[in-house]
Amino acid sequence: MKKVYVNEDWCLACHLCEYYCAAANSGAGSMIKAFAGGKKPIPRIKVEEGSGINFAVQCRHCDEPACVKGCITGALSVKDGVISCDESRCVGCYTCVMSCPYGCIVISEDSSVIQKCDLCLKNNNGEPACVKGCPNGAIVLEER
Amino acid sequence: MKYVIIGNSAAAIGGVQGIRESDREGEITIVTDEAYHTYSRPLISYWLGGKVTDQNMYYRSKDFYKDNNVKVLFSRRAQKIEKSSVTLDNGDKLAFDKLLVATGSKPFIPPMKGLDKVKEQYTFMTWDSVKAIKKKVKKHSKVLIIGAGLIGLKAAEALYHLNADITVVDLADRILPSILDVDAGKIMQKHIEDKGTKIILSASVEEFSPKSAKLTNGETVDFDILIVAVGVRPNTELIAEAGGKVEKGIITDDTQLTTLKNVYAAGDCTVSHDCSTDTDKILALLPNAFMQGEIAGKNMAGVEAHYQNAIPMNAIGFYGLHIITAGSYDGEEYTQQDPAKEQYKKLVFKDGLLKGYILMGDVARAGIYTSMIKERIPLDNVDIELLKERPQMMMFGKARRVEKLGGLTVKE
Amino acid sequence: MAINYYQPLYEVMRDRDRCIKCRACERQCANEVHSYDEECDVMISDSRQCVDCQRCVSICPTNALKIANNPNTFRQNSNWSQQIMTEVYKQAETGGVLLSAMGNPKEYPVYWDKILLNASQVTNPPIDPLREPMETKVFLGKKPKNVKFNKDGTINTDLPPTLELSTPIMFSAMSYGSISKNAHESLARAATELGIYYNTGEGGLHKDFYKYGPNTIVQVASGRFGVFRDYLEAGAAVEIKMGQGAKPGIGGHLPGAKILEDISKTRMIPMGTDAISPAPHHDIYSIEDLRQLVFSLKEATCYKKPVIVKIAAVHNVAAIASGIARSGADIIAIDGYRGGTGAAPTRIRDNVGIPIELALASVDQRLRDEGIRNEVSIVVAGSVRSSADVVKAIALGADAVYIGTAALLALGCHLCRSCQTGRCNWGIATQRPDLVKRLNPDIGYKRLVNLIHAWDHEIKEMMGGMGINSVEALRGNRLMLRGVGLTEKELEVLGIQHAGQ
Repeated sequence: MKKVYVNEDWCLACHLCEYYCAAANSGAGSMIKAFAGGKKPIPRIKVEEGSGINFAVQCRHCDEPACVKGCITGALSVKDGVISCDESRCVGCYTCVMSCPYGCIVISEDSSVIQKCDLCLKNNNGEPACVKGCPNGAIVLEER
Repeated sequence: MKYVIIGNSAAAIGGVQGIRESDREGEITIVTDEAYHTYSRPLISYWLGGKVTDQNMYYRSKDFYKDNNVKVLFSRRAQKIEKSSVTLDNGDKLAFDKLLVATGSKPFIPPMKGLDKVKEQYTFMTWDSVKAIKKKVKKHSKVLIIGAGLIGLKAAEALYHLNADITVVDLADRILPSILDVDAGKIMQKHIEDKGTKIILSASVEEFSPKSAKLTNGETVDFDILIVAVGVRPNTELIAEAGGKVEKGIITDDTQLTTLKNVYAAGDCTVSHDCSTDTDKILALLPNAFMQGEIAGKNMAGVEAHYQNAIPMNAIGFYGLHIITAGSYDGEEYTQQDPAKEQYKKLVFKDGLLKGYILMGDVARAGIYTSMIKERIPLDNVDIELLKERPQMMMFGKARRVEKLGGLTVKE
Repeated sequence: MAINYYQPLYEVMRDRDRCIKCRACERQCANEVHSYDEECDVMISDSRQCVDCQRCVSICPTNALKIANNPNTFRQNSNWSQQIMTEVYKQAETGGVLLSAMGNPKEYPVYWDKILLNASQVTNPPIDPLREPMETKVFLGKKPKNVKFNKDGTINTDLPPTLELSTPIMFSAMSYGSISKNAHESLARAATELGIYYNTGEGGLHKDFYKYGPNTIVQVASGRFGVFRDYLEAGAAVEIKMGQGAKPGIGGHLPGAKILEDISKTRMIPMGTDAISPAPHHDIYSIEDLRQLVFSLKEATCYKKPVIVKIAAVHNVAAIASGIARSGADIIAIDGYRGGTGAAPTRIRDNVGIPIELALASVDQRLRDEGIRNEVSIVVAGSVRSSADVVKAIALGADAVYIGTAALLALGCHLCRSCQTGRCNWGIATQRPDLVKRLNPDIGYKRLVNLIHAWDHEIKEMMGGMGINSVEALRGNRLMLRGVGLTEKELEVLGIQHAGQ
């Protein structure tokens, strides 16, 4: 299965993946609209930066997903290897936040539910927005 | 192959999924004493508080049994386990090749003087129990909750959403003693009290009258509704009576096999091995239940699997303030707190490992800490300052990052 | 301020309706033009720091940025242009030599644009390169004048060493130090995949790139940086750099600040010391001296590798080339005055040297007249901008071209001409690790491969139109060229007729 991989050698910490992710999943249709009026949609990808080392972290879509196994509501599920969250069923207990070894489950703006990367399957973005938006090929979608 | 599963919650569903990973053909029968499609027990407080609809109570989709070819006997109790059959309360005998006992736990009600005089008394364990509460509770109903643990306070939160007047009484001198330390407990207590819920600690009920309780500290609390939430006890009787080993709960090996042949057990009714302290205890947690069930299911279907790395962990919120805790708190401590902002963080180190943590308020990415505990990653392999700062992948060496995030293996 | 205040050349324009304050521009600008003011929640720009490299414009996710010429103007004066005046102000303040980078930007004639190509009509029909074979492969080096036979009657195939190019284009010399390791890797990998060559420049060969040796030309310049046995043996050819089009007559100076660990190892000089290339080779004061070095290098490489001598195109280039051909060199590389550089004194860059088109025509003619054209191949450089320039160069007599600037453009360069600052936002002309990583060789080398493939297609298309099916047949075929708007003298030097003739 194709997954998103990051190569920290090429990550520039420009944080554009976060913006492309947040915009793609905001439902606003465009980057400008997504952030209009000071709105701050939450990205499902997170760039960590340190002294000379930067990289983005997002859901690894684990084969043995601790988040799905621990989900108390059944909101998290795996389909064809892609882990996604049915936000209408999430109660924001954060058991998945506690379980994810990569810290890839993010909390919604109003803290009511969790959000996570679903490889942009739900937002009609086609190729994941982070992959498309990375200016330096540091995030790729490929079979490994 | 004939599989019988007693229970219909997380461990049982884990069992079904574990079996079906490899065995699509075998007959699976679930026996449950409730009348519901599998639902999520931790959701009952959300349901009572109005956050979750009937529809969203279900732990798995409507078609789950059909899709997994599972037969379910609703409102049936298993009464006896024999060598290769289970006797039901209607006298039927269910033959099995492999049996999974996922009977969970039941509320513990300590002997309290005058309790029998209280008509409106409830426990907080099943959907039926909260349905009964919902029928009775009205705006400004006076509710007395005995127990300031996870269940008691979750009940209090739900009733807060229903605008009830709530008093919580606990014998301990702090709330949530099972998961919080003193300082974190204080922050949470203040948070809850600020929302109008009354908490009385170091007190118990001396005597009940039908609509009031006289406490050991001299106070008298009037109530319309009483909820007893002092704890739970595992349902171990079936195994005990069949001659299986039972201590605090049902004893299993790491394949979830009990001491009885072909009989497995999983979930809140069993004893787990806490790898953060290397001790055996009951870990009554949904993720634990599901994963034990899944392991049991795999082994029942003949695929060897072992359940390891279990630790106590809780992700829970009360009145909007979130906490995530895991592991044990015995060791060298590192704490950061800002009570005014309701932020608290404690990391516990021992033997060169992260053993436990408490995060309150900002709980983002807590799972990275959890993985440190579960995988026993030596502190020598991480940047301690970054670890203390916040959970982050940066604290690990490049090799782990490249492997985990890049899907490649490199030499450090 | 006041007397030493000069207006920025460009103005950064931000469309506030589009800006989402993602701060990507801030993070990506090594010149620190952009910043975010938390208090006012607003992005601000300091245009004075801007070099118009277009990095922020390219990366802005909402296209909120534009960089425009500053409309502020001094009083119009055709003689004292605003730029000249500003340069005077700067020198009055600093007392220093003005430094620039990349090629001469002045409005000198570009002869490529005054030369037109022929096409076949009716007779000698054109060739469709998609249907018929078309050869762009060339060999660089000495060519035998006639076929020689051995005593037993078989053909003597004992030929001098040559370079085989799949298409008549090579990447010109750009040293590791002047450009980044990732830029070098991109060039090396592209050359390998394309079956052409890249050139180390005078900075030595990084140990990681020895594996690309079969597609590498190793340079020996006046500083002799990084030259040792393995280096000479690693390359496919050795180039002696006598001069460079961007700065004929002067040496080079890579400041010590850029001599970091890797570069110091590669150049074989101590970390932090200035790398100074003298203006002359201190052992070459005549063609005879050059011949000694040519043969020293041939001896060192067992006569298995062609030796290239690279010179800047200067006034008496034809005579110099004739001397080089007689020195034993296999290939002459001539670099025109529009050739690029990582740093050069502005006055030198903009005022010294001659156009490559004229230099090429006169060198080719001189060597033919002297009957020694087959002794050497001619490679031209100094602003070959497109496949059309390549075709015209070949028709004027070149065997192949070197491209430098075009290759850097493929890697992201926007010709801001600020290489000398070492803060290249595209990760090309910099050694700052955070900037170098902006050039991902996986992306860079593919873009170079694409570029050369595209040019190769176009070369075939143009040759086909002329009814010519190989580069060999086009070389020196000046009948395929016509000048437009050129004087009699220019036409004479170029050896071509005027359009309409």
